[in-house]
Amino acid sequence: MRRSGRLGKWLVSGPPLLYLIVFFAIPTLIMVLASFRTPGDFGGLTPLFDESGKLDLNVDSYVRFFTESVYAEVFLKSVWYALLTTLLCLALGYPLAALVARSGRKHRNLLLLLVILPFWSNFLIRIYAWMIILGPQAALARGVNGVLGFFGHEPVPLLFSSFAVLVCLVYVHLPFMVLPLYANLEKHDQALLDAAQDLGAGAWQRFWRITFPLSLPGVYAGAALVFIPALGIFAIPDILGGPDDSLIGNIIKQQFLETRDWPFGSVLSIVLTVAAVVIAGLAAWIGRRNLGTPSSARTARA
Amino acid sequence: MSLLEIRNVTRRFGDFTAVDRVSLSIEAGEFFTLLGPSGCGKTTLLRMIAGFDLPDDGSIFLNGTDLADRPPEDRPVRTVFQSYALFPHMTVEGNVAFPLKMAKTPAAEIPTKLAAALEDVRLTGFGKRFPHELSGGQKQRVAIARALVTHPTVLLLDEPLAALDAKLREDMQIELINLQKEVGITFVYVTHDQTEALALSHRIAVMNAGHVEQQDEPSRIYGFPRTRFVADFIGHCNLLSGPVVANAGGFVTLDIAGLGPVRVAAETPAAVGSSGAVALRPEKIRIAAVAPSDTPENHYRGTVAEMLYMGDVTVYKVQTPGGEKIEALLANSASGRAKFFDVGDAVEMSWAVAAGHFIPE
Repeated sequence: MRRSGRLGKWLVSGPPLLYLIVFFAIPTLIMVLASFRTPGDFGGLTPLFDESGKLDLNVDSYVRFFTESVYAEVFLKSVWYALLTTLLCLALGYPLAALVARSGRKHRNLLLLLVILPFWSNFLIRIYAWMIILGPQAALARGVNGVLGFFGHEPVPLLFSSFAVLVCLVYVHLPFMVLPLYANLEKHDQALLDAAQDLGAGAWQRFWRITFPLSLPGVYAGAALVFIPALGIFAIPDILGGPDDSLIGNIIKQQFLETRDWPFGSVLSIVLTVAAVVIAGLAAWIGRRNLGTPSSARTARA
Repeated sequence: MSLLEIRNVTRRFGDFTAVDRVSLSIEAGEFFTLLGPSGCGKTTLLRMIAGFDLPDDGSIFLNGTDLADRPPEDRPVRTVFQSYALFPHMTVEGNVAFPLKMAKTPAAEIPTKLAAALEDVRLTGFGKRFPHELSGGQKQRVAIARALVTHPTVLLLDEPLAALDAKLREDMQIELINLQKEVGITFVYVTHDQTEALALSHRIAVMNAGHVEQQDEPSRIYGFPRTRFVADFIGHCNLLSGPVVANAGGFVTLDIAGLGPVRVAAETPAAVGSSGAVALRPEKIRIAAVAPSDTPENHYRGTVAEMLYMGDVTVYKVQTPGGEKIEALLANSASGRAKFFDVGDAVEMSWAVAAGHFIPE
């Protein structure tokens, strides 16, 4: 009985565990190992043991990252873009999630469908669509430049700019903010808002003291789902950005595919992963402190 | 003018009239209860007093001012919600201090008021706890402290004890009575539990299908129900219907099928030939094996058809020769025996003319 119970547990949890080991843990370890090795003359890596049979591991690539400031700058720029994307998604997504959560059951499903509708078409196709929307011949660019020209301003290109990158970053990540926020807001108890109003709280106080603090688990979940992928993105700056809009994701891609410096690409990837984990952990820690309630009570509510 | 005046208030939801031309006058310092079955409109009325809902017709005056244009947050009225509605992300102190902060109470005064409010509900020392760390009764007390801390003019309580178990409910009832006496604030209490209403209130308005059936002191509501609904809803009541055959000097005589003529006190005159009912509480009926010497005017023979031993009392259902069953209650304290009669025993039922009460139909 007990044996078969244990077997059943392994049968259920074994396949996903195996999947993660093969496709996540082992590749990560390979990457960590690669970051300490030497790049080959034509890409790839030199043998792990050199001609004299000595183990060839070094920290040259790490030294390079921390001494050539250009990489740290790109890295900080990526953090800044990801942060800005997260804040803009929050500012746009919160009212949207609240609207969906408060609408009637009939409209709610339709609105939710509209939020996830972009997922029905390919990610790259949607980015290319923005090339057309933001292109110089499109109505948007013409309108904007018409207004600017009226005030005697030089025309500005919308496409291939940090503006285009940011707009598309927000566009792509917005549903990842809306969905967890909606899931949280939808469960809020109207009686709490009634009670707050009864106790003298106006509309703003009700939001700021009741709705918002109770929605923080949703805010943190949404922020993590937006911030982490936005930090490593490379397709959007590649397609919509100008020459100065390369982010850390682009540099990593460049190291592996163009410069063919695998160890340095690995170092950048590791720094990115560590940064994402640290920032997400920090946010969770701040969240727990601010909320002041044990995590069990919070998850029950979330 | 009374403290809280409800004048001809009507509230409709589509075709359904939830509150139908209700008028009530509630005095300062009164413990007033709206009693009725679910769907009778009592909660809708309460929500209109709080300001969460607005009357379609009629008006509500507090201290002589019409409340129509004042949103809930601007009314000197507080509600204790059935679900308590405590803010889960705030401690007990945070919850109780919330209305003080909303009222822009100077920060220096908050600790004193907080301590006083927690002491009123016997929760001193619980200030740092979160709602999920409290029992049902404690949550209830926090909700009351939170509602009372700003000393509102009226406190509305929406079935506040419904979620508590029976023993705790009884304790909380006594606490509520004491608290109301202590703070002197007008309580408007909504419940569907008639024993709770009788125990707590100074006055009760019994509501049914949107209108007030009777508005009176608990003893008069129980002893002199004015309508069939009130008689039936409050406690157990025998209702014997029949035509009026005589009417003289504050008494009417009804011809009850299976019993014969029954004489009963009547507050309202009833024409001979109209129909009505005698409302008779089970505990006012005496039953005995043989008719005692001081037998009152109304006495009838019957057979014990069913009996329920309840511990303190025994309920007998006595079948009349006509087949009707009349409920009678006998206290078991009178003897060491568990029961006086058995099913099948022939008994003599009797009651005084003043024991019953006439309800016109």
